[in-house]
Amino acid sequence: MISVDIKKRLGDFQLDLQFDAPTSVTAIFGRSGSGKTSAVNAVAGLLRPDAGRIAIGDAVLFDQASKIHLSPQQRRIGYVFQDARLFPHMTVMRNLNYGGSHDADRVIAVLGLEQLLDRMPAHLSGGERQRVALGRALMCDPQLLLMDEPLAALDAPRKAEILPFIERLRDEMQVPMLYVSHDVSEVARLATTLVVIEDGRVTIAGPVGTVLSQPETVPLVGPRAAGAVIETKVAGRLLDDGLTELAFSGGRIVLPGLLGVLRQTVRIRIPAQDVILAKQAPAGLSALNVLPVTITRIEYGRGPGVAVGLKAGKDQLLARVTRRSALRMELAVGQQIYAIIKATAVGPEDIGS
Amino acid sequence: MDALGPEEWTAIWLSLRVAFVATLAALPVAVWIAYVLARKSFPGRQVLNGLVHLPLVLPPVVTGYLLLVLFGQQGPVGAFIYQTFGITFAFRWTGAALAAAIMAFPLMVRAIRLGFEAVDPGLEDAAATLGASRWRIWFTVTLPLVVPGVLAGAILGFAKALGEFGATITFVAAIPGQTQTIPTAIYGLLQVPGSEPAVVGLVIVSVVLAMGALLVSEWLARRMAKRLGGK
Repeated sequence: MISVDIKKRLGDFQLDLQFDAPTSVTAIFGRSGSGKTSAVNAVAGLLRPDAGRIAIGDAVLFDQASKIHLSPQQRRIGYVFQDARLFPHMTVMRNLNYGGSHDADRVIAVLGLEQLLDRMPAHLSGGERQRVALGRALMCDPQLLLMDEPLAALDAPRKAEILPFIERLRDEMQVPMLYVSHDVSEVARLATTLVVIEDGRVTIAGPVGTVLSQPETVPLVGPRAAGAVIETKVAGRLLDDGLTELAFSGGRIVLPGLLGVLRQTVRIRIPAQDVILAKQAPAGLSALNVLPVTITRIEYGRGPGVAVGLKAGKDQLLARVTRRSALRMELAVGQQIYAIIKATAVGPEDIGS
Repeated sequence: MDALGPEEWTAIWLSLRVAFVATLAALPVAVWIAYVLARKSFPGRQVLNGLVHLPLVLPPVVTGYLLLVLFGQQGPVGAFIYQTFGITFAFRWTGAALAAAIMAFPLMVRAIRLGFEAVDPGLEDAAATLGASRWRIWFTVTLPLVVPGVLAGAILGFAKALGEFGATITFVAAIPGQTQTIPTAIYGLLQVPGSEPAVVGLVIVSVVLAMGALLVSEWLARRMAKRLGGK
């Protein structure tokens, strides 16, 4: 468990954060300027808070009350920066070994760095640079890995190249991570816990599935990014059509593509704007996925959209409809209705293992 | 080079020695001051900056006079150094080196400071999170990356030290074989009719030395850029 409770004045900006992160992947989500980077810098020891306490389990990293402030060197925390920060005058190999060579062979293999070892950083692509930075941090045998938007500077294909590596780190190396991002699909794929920061304060924190499927989250993450995250299991293949059937507590969903092997857990994000609501079970519709659901919340925002929280089995879904439709359909909490999800609405970037 | 007599050759060798010693002695201090000015904020930073630049804006004669007052045999600093280390500055080649070092110092600091400002402090933060001590960060990250700036500063300082005139002649005069450098020798020769050939010879030597210094610094800078894999 990583517990963070810090206050820091930065010019006119007041950072005042309290959150607990279990030892898995915790995403810190927020717009630029919300204080995400300052938060991880404080955990790394690069920024000294004015007050508060930071601890990993029993190990206190910072405690203003008892004047404890460990230097970054003493914290054993790996930090992967947005801009990689490889040492430009050293080869990849020397960069990797700079802080240590813990588990070197495995790190190099997991990150696919064998071919790059003799190169200079100037001759690496953006994605390669981030992989080297990740390897360099891991080879110090960190007790916690901080990642400050490691993919933000990369284009979509590069991101797709690195995300599986980070998933492997999470699953195989089991290093706890604090992952800063402003990309919901990244967060949904990687994180187990989500902390949303706005103007230097934590607005919502909790398990990713719960937080992202709450209607209150919509204004924080933006209407386009909002959407529930659910864990499903591969239940079957419709080989002729190239589709995979996924089962979860609320029923079955069919998605295009061949995702994983039978009974493998697959995490999917269903964007709120791609969920259509119907009062009767629809007939003669091209959409493949029709789920019976119960309305749990209706959140009227400032704009023309309305966020509707839905319960499907034990899982939460989130739909976004216009205020006009919500009024015309007379939606109300407790109603039994149908959620229709177009199979192609869930993009590959929304599917993680 | 028949035009150059033994006295001129002595002046050339003395100039080189003075410039080398001045540059080498001033360099570590210049690197440290440049680092402090580029990276640290503390009260009195502007005062330090002003002090460093003073020799650049003061008339060299004034700098020479101040050196004479402070570092002369009876001067407070000069007496102390003589008693502690047994080194005298007044009317010795060491004094010429001191004057050259003081005059070259601001130029060196300026060039090296630019070098420090070009090094991303984020790299030092990254090294700290990787567990490197402050000394290790300094020697493995900061210093190697600032080498082009240090080199530029050293060459600039060397060229300035080689050509220093005003403060040198005020502080240590121009005693042949002791404190007479190329510029003071040229000045002295110009007072004597019929010595144009020697003057031309010394001028040519000056131009060659200056060009050589520039070429060496260019070559080193290119090699550095290649090592960093720059495009």
